[in-house]
Amino acid sequence: MKQLLVFIRKEFYHVFRDRRTLLIMFGMPLMQIVLFGFALTSEVKNADILVVDNAKDEHSQKLINRYKAASYFNLSEKQISYKDIESEFRKGNIKAAIVFPQNFSTDLIVNKKAQMQILADGSEPNIAKMLNQYISAITQSYQQELNRTIPPSITIIPETRMLYNEEENGSMNFVPGVMALILMIVCTALTSVAVVREKELGTMEILLVSPFKPIMVLVAKAIPYLVLSLVNLTFIFLLAIFLMGVPMAGSIFLFYLLSTLFVSTSLALGLLISNATDSQQVALLISMIGMLLPTIIFTGFLFPLENMPKFFQWFSHIVPARWYYSGVKSIMLKGLGLKYIWKELLLLTVMTIGLLTLAVRKIKIRLA
Amino acid sequence: MNPLNNNKDVVIHSKDLTKKFGDFYAVDHISFEVKKGEIFGFLGANGAGKTTAMRMLCGLSFPTSGEATVAGFNVYNQQEKIKQNIGYMSQKFSLYENLTPSENITFFAGVYGVPRKEIKERSKLLIEKIGLQNEANTLVASLPLGWKQKLAFSVAIFHNPKIVFLDEPTGGVDPVTRRQFWDMIYEAAASGITIFVTTHYMDEAEYCDRVTIMVDGKIEGLDSPANLKLQFGGDNMDEVFYRLARKAERVES
Repeated sequence: MKQLLVFIRKEFYHVFRDRRTLLIMFGMPLMQIVLFGFALTSEVKNADILVVDNAKDEHSQKLINRYKAASYFNLSEKQISYKDIESEFRKGNIKAAIVFPQNFSTDLIVNKKAQMQILADGSEPNIAKMLNQYISAITQSYQQELNRTIPPSITIIPETRMLYNEEENGSMNFVPGVMALILMIVCTALTSVAVVREKELGTMEILLVSPFKPIMVLVAKAIPYLVLSLVNLTFIFLLAIFLMGVPMAGSIFLFYLLSTLFVSTSLALGLLISNATDSQQVALLISMIGMLLPTIIFTGFLFPLENMPKFFQWFSHIVPARWYYSGVKSIMLKGLGLKYIWKELLLLTVMTIGLLTLAVRKIKIRLA
Repeated sequence: MNPLNNNKDVVIHSKDLTKKFGDFYAVDHISFEVKKGEIFGFLGANGAGKTTAMRMLCGLSFPTSGEATVAGFNVYNQQEKIKQNIGYMSQKFSLYENLTPSENITFFAGVYGVPRKEIKERSKLLIEKIGLQNEANTLVASLPLGWKQKLAFSVAIFHNPKIVFLDEPTGGVDPVTRRQFWDMIYEAAASGITIFVTTHYMDEAEYCDRVTIMVDGKIEGLDSPANLKLQFGGDNMDEVFYRLARKAERVES
């Protein structure tokens, strides 16, 4: 036990004297939170939109005013032909156009059914999709208001497909993703490098010749990084709340429980990688390519999992970060309790135990 | 100086110790005994099997066949006991570069379970002895190679092991520092620590009480340097070694 403490103290010396490690641990979360939160949001702001109002009646004008009120658009009204709209797109002047046909209000009130058209620049599919959703959402909310005052119900086509809150703040979804990402990097990459560095230096050999048990080397390596990861997590957590304005709707205890589990999973992965490799470069490469990419792709925080082919959807189930991401979202954003995240907790526990068992077995084999 | 007369104190015993990697005999039935306080040299070209033999004795590698005891403990099933009684220093003078000399001493001594109070007292003395007082708080990374080597050796014997294994401990160090290093080895041997050292420097072989010359995994000669010179007819160990190593078929690896 005393030997373990001596070892852990040494690990902390390593971390605090290595500026690179410190930078990765604390510089990267800050950078990523800012990057993902502000620069990389899929939100659309101030998009140039053209409105062609051929109706110029009560409801078309009221709707246009609604669009104008939204901060997403930079609305301009012009009376031009279809052909000219296309040329506006080609010149890159607009991202989308809204066209109201003649007799919009009459159709709406008399026929209970009116049409309008949304044209979006499909060469930028994400923006086009977002704009379409925003416009449809605003249209639909207007329609709902009308329905309250003018029975029987009326319909404005297109039907909206917007499922989320139109005020949705993009950074809120990113923050749990960034947490998963950073914890994955800190725990997996730094831990594996820390073990492999001893092999490269030759100190591992000295440790193996000493009475210190090989499995204790793993424990001694894991504990400092577990502690540091939790400190780091708190740092990201505070950044998220105070810098990004992400709410903490659920239990902090549950959040830390889930995070500690995920950190353990990542540490186990890091130890496994370090046992299987002999150079820092390879360890780093495996952690980065092998862990980082799946974390980014298969957690669903950048790319919706629902849109992936079945095989990849299935594959995403074995990516630990996916479960952490969904768990954190449930706790922080939705405020859900244990009843709703037991599955995540269970899966991460199983993964941790499985990976640790593998890591321990690997180190025994190496000694034979 | 002739510890050979004292047959009671055998600290390393090896009989037909063998390590095979596939069809390749890295170590081929080697037998020898090492006595307490002896400086026992293992001489051989690169790839002759010195390091493999040493790794088996240290418990880093399982022998394929044969038997061996170190400090009275069996290398097959008493590795943990062996580890408590030996020190080890590798070719790389393995120290932690971003720790200071005293932190390195504290760490390794701590791993061997030396009481904290004792570490504190003795590490201070040790640092004075090897002349590192002014560097006690600088990181090992910025120390010259010679000092790293002395420090690594001091660390390897800090917990007073019965035997210390030195794997090519003088690689890359200048002759003067090498000479100083051997003074440290003599001192350790005089205090009763058995020294098991591999080398490919012939001048170092002369410093040993007894020398084993390994060629292609086999022991081709084992005696004191003086007797080896008589036996194989050479003026110095260099000639003895060349005479024996000429037979080698293995290419240097």
